[in-house]
Amino acid sequence: MTTVSAERLAAIFVEAADTLVDDFDLIDFLHMLTERATSLVGAAATGLVMADPRGRLEFMAASDENTKLLELFQLQNEEGPCLEAFTTGQPVINVDLAAAASRWPRFAPRATSAGFESVHAFPMRVRQRVIGALNVFGDTKGGDFTGADVPIMQALTDIAAIGLLQKRTIRQGEILTEQLQGALNSRIVIEQAKGAVAQACGVSVDEAFTAIRRFARNHNHKLTDVAHAVTAEPGLAARILPH
Amino acid sequence: MDESTRAVRRLVAASAQAGMATGEFLRHVCRTAAHALSASGVGISVMTDDGTRGVCAASDPLSERAEDLQFVMGEGPCIDAFTTRRPVLVTDLGGSAVHRRWPSYASAAVQDGVRAVFAFPLQVGAARLGILDVFRQRTGPLTDEELPLALAFADVTVEALLDRQRGAEDGTVTPGSEPADVGHRAALFQAQGMVMVQLGVSLGEALSRMRAHAYAESRPLDDVARDIVTRRLRLEKDSS
Repeated sequence: MTTVSAERLAAIFVEAADTLVDDFDLIDFLHMLTERATSLVGAAATGLVMADPRGRLEFMAASDENTKLLELFQLQNEEGPCLEAFTTGQPVINVDLAAAASRWPRFAPRATSAGFESVHAFPMRVRQRVIGALNVFGDTKGGDFTGADVPIMQALTDIAAIGLLQKRTIRQGEILTEQLQGALNSRIVIEQAKGAVAQACGVSVDEAFTAIRRFARNHNHKLTDVAHAVTAEPGLAARILPH
Repeated sequence: MDESTRAVRRLVAASAQAGMATGEFLRHVCRTAAHALSASGVGISVMTDDGTRGVCAASDPLSERAEDLQFVMGEGPCIDAFTTRRPVLVTDLGGSAVHRRWPSYASAAVQDGVRAVFAFPLQVGAARLGILDVFRQRTGPLTDEELPLALAFADVTVEALLDRQRGAEDGTVTPGSEPADVGHRAALFQAQGMVMVQLGVSLGEALSRMRAHAYAESRPLDDVARDIVTRRLRLEKDSS
């Protein structure tokens, strides 16, 4: 993960600004950011968790969504880089997972067995409040962030937070809660849709997600809309996967 | 499960009586929530997916009226929370933006003395069961302590409604038992989607069957969900 290219970074900022229009889907937006962050720094995977008002860190989006990775995010309610970044408000960078077993006795070995070598986390902030974290996984040795990379990754994380608060308003606290709860519920709908497609097509939930996402992209639909359609009309679940 | 959900479950269970009918139980939840949230009242409307209102309950006559008004006028925070599937938090019903959003409802409610409304969907992903409304006679937001409690009241209501669908009339959970949890874990929701397709039932019905199975087998709901996702367990069509 060498110092990132200014041109590629600028392109991401423009894409983000372009996405933040009236009717954007927060989960699609966060997906886009995690994918761009991953390719920008040559990471293996990037994901994003947000805290609900009850203080639970909930998985929102990742560059690559599979059961193993989802479990790594879920585990971070107990320990791990996201929990640390969320609690301290400070980035956690360049942690060698092979040497992190005493710091994170459950998280580190599972991340290693998932094929990752290093991990980083950046706090997601709105004003003074930390509302989540961006998690970056690397799969090569010696691919550490340089000093210049850190503020750039932090900036990408901050853009994710802007997605929640694109409407400037005096009722900011309420909007934040409404948006966050809405997004958390959309996340549940996506999981329900994965299950429906997995059952209807006889595939794994991971394959089901890939199929749902491909369908959304090919038809230029929002991921959340496709997920809703699948749960509302189980007949569609069987048609998501091309035969 | 988080602290607030545990606390609310204890609160509701502590004073609920065995054999309460659904309407009576919901009224009990409304009264408990109103007290815990320093609200003037709380209303719950059970709704079908197309927005038709079914059983409803309120802590007091004024809240019942504030709840009814939204359905009579076809507008209000509760209707929007149901449609958008997210909470609608209105800290000042007398505000001009609020008046533009719900002209009839805002005026009528303010006239009745209601100054703030916080509407929370009763839902699990795409499965929608209704709305819980918190009313206050003063303006201002729910505090950082009250908001998690309000969300927990919504979750506990969802659990009770799901269990009652399966005929468990005494859907209250006794303290000390290991209750099935409407948590936010991926496998649980994936299993719900699978059971929906497999049994040809609604998403809500799928979850209530999974919960009934977990109760019957005395197993944690998460384990049941994991077995369904890995296809080690298949719920039978007429299992309860």
